[in-house]
Amino acid sequence: MSVWNTTKRIARYGFIGFLRNGFVSFSAVLVMTITLFVIAALMVGNAALGSTLDYLENQVAVTVYFTPQATTDQIQTLQTDLQALPQVETVAYLSSDQVLANFQQRHANDQLTLQALNELTGNPLGAELQVRAKDPAQYGAIAQYLQAQQSQNTSVGSAIDKVDYQQNQTAIDRLTAIIQTSREVGVAIAIILGLASILIAFNTIRLAIYTARDEIAVMNLVGASRWYVRGPFVFAGILYGIISAAIVLLLLYPTTAALGPGSQQFLGTFNVFTYFTTSFGYLLLVLVGSGIVLGAISSYLAIRRYLNA
Amino acid sequence: MIYYDKVTKVYFDGAPPAVADVTLGIEPGEFVSIVGHSGAGKTTLLKMLFAEERPTEGSVFFGSQPVSDLAPRQLLEIRRRIGTVFQDFRLLPTKNVYENIAFALEVAGKDDEEIRADVPHVLELVGLMDKIWNFPHELSGGEQQRVAIARAIVNQPDVLLADEPTGNLDPINAHDVTEILKKINDLGTTVLLTTHNKTIVDAIDRRVVTMDQGRIVRDDKQGKYIL
Repeated sequence: MSVWNTTKRIARYGFIGFLRNGFVSFSAVLVMTITLFVIAALMVGNAALGSTLDYLENQVAVTVYFTPQATTDQIQTLQTDLQALPQVETVAYLSSDQVLANFQQRHANDQLTLQALNELTGNPLGAELQVRAKDPAQYGAIAQYLQAQQSQNTSVGSAIDKVDYQQNQTAIDRLTAIIQTSREVGVAIAIILGLASILIAFNTIRLAIYTARDEIAVMNLVGASRWYVRGPFVFAGILYGIISAAIVLLLLYPTTAALGPGSQQFLGTFNVFTYFTTSFGYLLLVLVGSGIVLGAISSYLAIRRYLNA
Repeated sequence: MIYYDKVTKVYFDGAPPAVADVTLGIEPGEFVSIVGHSGAGKTTLLKMLFAEERPTEGSVFFGSQPVSDLAPRQLLEIRRRIGTVFQDFRLLPTKNVYENIAFALEVAGKDDEEIRADVPHVLELVGLMDKIWNFPHELSGGEQQRVAIARAIVNQPDVLLADEPTGNLDPINAHDVTEILKKINDLGTTVLLTTHNKTIVDAIDRRVVTMDQGRIVRDDKQGKYIL
């Protein structure tokens, strides 16, 4: 008999079995839906954590304050020099006018300071360069480079008023540690939750097959080969996976849409709905894939003990 | 064709043997009734033929092959050449009559056209054409047993094993089932029947093997039920 014929029969019996064992199929799909939902939640949570940490990482920078007398030439020279450093990601230039505008905005409610500022003629504030490193651990090296310029009193160095790194150093170090720990804890939680829900789904499918053990015994008796007995159950397992993944994706749409604005407010930059729509293909692939693998492997393993011959 | 060579079966250490030192030969086309009280070893004797149980000592031969030494793949081949019918019918509860019988054909690798032709044919033989789309739970005991027989013979097996096939049936259904078994035997299939129903054995009027406490105590070419 052709392989195609066998496959067709296995698929048909798998499908018929799925429909006729309605209640068993229903509970298997339900449990699998919860499992896949946990996996989806972990994926979204991980993305949210990652994006928030990236956002926080970007808040850290070494700021170079120039004296008001610094010339555009000096500032541009330093900017090019810094950009040439391998550790540096970006160097942002703020002119003294922009710095003043920012300062006024920050102190909009502080009349005293604003008054004092108005007393002065001209702009007392110098331009700034905000330097971002590729990795938070590299800020030390960048700060050292700047301090060397300053202490050697090069033409560029003389224009530097102050390098604001010491102030941020503890914050930078602590943030680096927190980022590390949260990534590790996140992965650990993901593994534990994932394993727990996989075990539950596996057990449910095992129960489903347990109810069919007499049937399997008869199939053995009639002389059905291992794959002919196993096939329909594995096929039904794959169906559980696909249906559950579809349900989870359908549920995620309204859930993320409802949580979207709130998540953005809470996390700063991350919007779960935007993530859902932009990463839909990725979510689909992972959920359907793990549903199929989970259903198929669970059925395959669960039926093993009832096969004799 | 079937040969039990000094076969002993002990289920667990210290228990009396279920089958003790049985030597028995069966020729093609025979109709053999194996009779005896419950626990005499009739069912164990049959189970060892299709390797659901393995002998503790001795060998069971099907043709020239010792059944207990077969690889799984060869065992499947043997099982497809042996039809089995049981007291508790053992139909597939989630499949209807047609599918139950078709399953045995699919397992044997028949194509769809053959299956569509063979299933009605065999249902005709057992007189159940009108129940072809029913599920087992919608049938009476006698009807379920006739489906089981149809499934057992649809592959035209060399041997039909019937283990207490009338045990759960009323006398009229039991008579019908026995008549079907005789008809199958007349068509050339070897039939091994275990039973403790005296009326049936006497009506069949063929070879009778009597067992008691695991041993064969009588073997009559054209026997009656005597205990």
